[in-house]
Amino acid sequence: MKRRTFLKNTLMVTATGAAVSASLIPSVALAAEEKANPFKATTLEEALKAAGIDAHEESEEVTVKAPDLAENAAVVPVEIKSSLEGISEIRVFIANNPTPHAASFVLGESSEALVKCRFKMGKSSDVIGVVKVGDKYFSSKKAVKVTKGGCGG
Amino acid sequence: MAKKFKTRLKVKLKDGIVNVKAIVSHPMLTGLTKDKEGNKIPEHFIEEVIVTANDKVVMTANWGPAVSKDPYISFDYAGQSGDVVKLAWTDNKDNQGEAEKKVK
Repeated sequence: MKRRTFLKNTLMVTATGAAVSASLIPSVALAAEEKANPFKATTLEEALKAAGIDAHEESEEVTVKAPDLAENAAVVPVEIKSSLEGISEIRVFIANNPTPHAASFVLGESSEALVKCRFKMGKSSDVIGVVKVGDKYFSSKKAVKVTKGGCGG
Repeated sequence: MAKKFKTRLKVKLKDGIVNVKAIVSHPMLTGLTKDKEGNKIPEHFIEEVIVTANDKVVMTANWGPAVSKDPYISFDYAGQSGDVVKLAWTDNKDNQGEAEKKVK
């Protein structure tokens, strides 16, 4: 009798176990898929979430260099630099763009934490640089004003 | 593809640090712009850039359409004379380009 209940229980357990793992797999795959495309997110919060950034700390050791006034919104030079050590990733967000997640740079072991690139900006916005150190994220931002006339007014 | 995308790469060594600069001539269309008839121009942008030095990845960049036309990139890595720096990119229409330079 005992043996029978024992068998029954183990069977139940394995069955539910299989069911649980089966239901887990697709959800994990889904999450990975969502994470893979932060470029499609349309708000800053969504983009941050999609990029796997739940919380980020503002740090003085991260600097975002960009002009105060962008004369040409289609070409805004941005430089992201950090004195922190062990940086594995640098991400650039432009808060008011239709898709705020602008770019991500994954650094190799020997790379320095300095990246320069040019971005398009739809309108005046904050440019946010986020660096990843271990599991933590540190950020810095810089407001860039976009003028339409191009005369720097 | 009839269209040509030119990839230019520059490497410069200074005090054990190699500065890599690159420009790719590419339209980088966002998919939000419209042509004269008001039709949307489909998006066309570089998605991934991989830079290797002596076959070791020093930088992978994932770009969205917000990167400017004819994208420019500059970064540093600790390297030495004789490194072979290679840059390869892929866009969302599966066009590819690459450039190679040796550090002097």
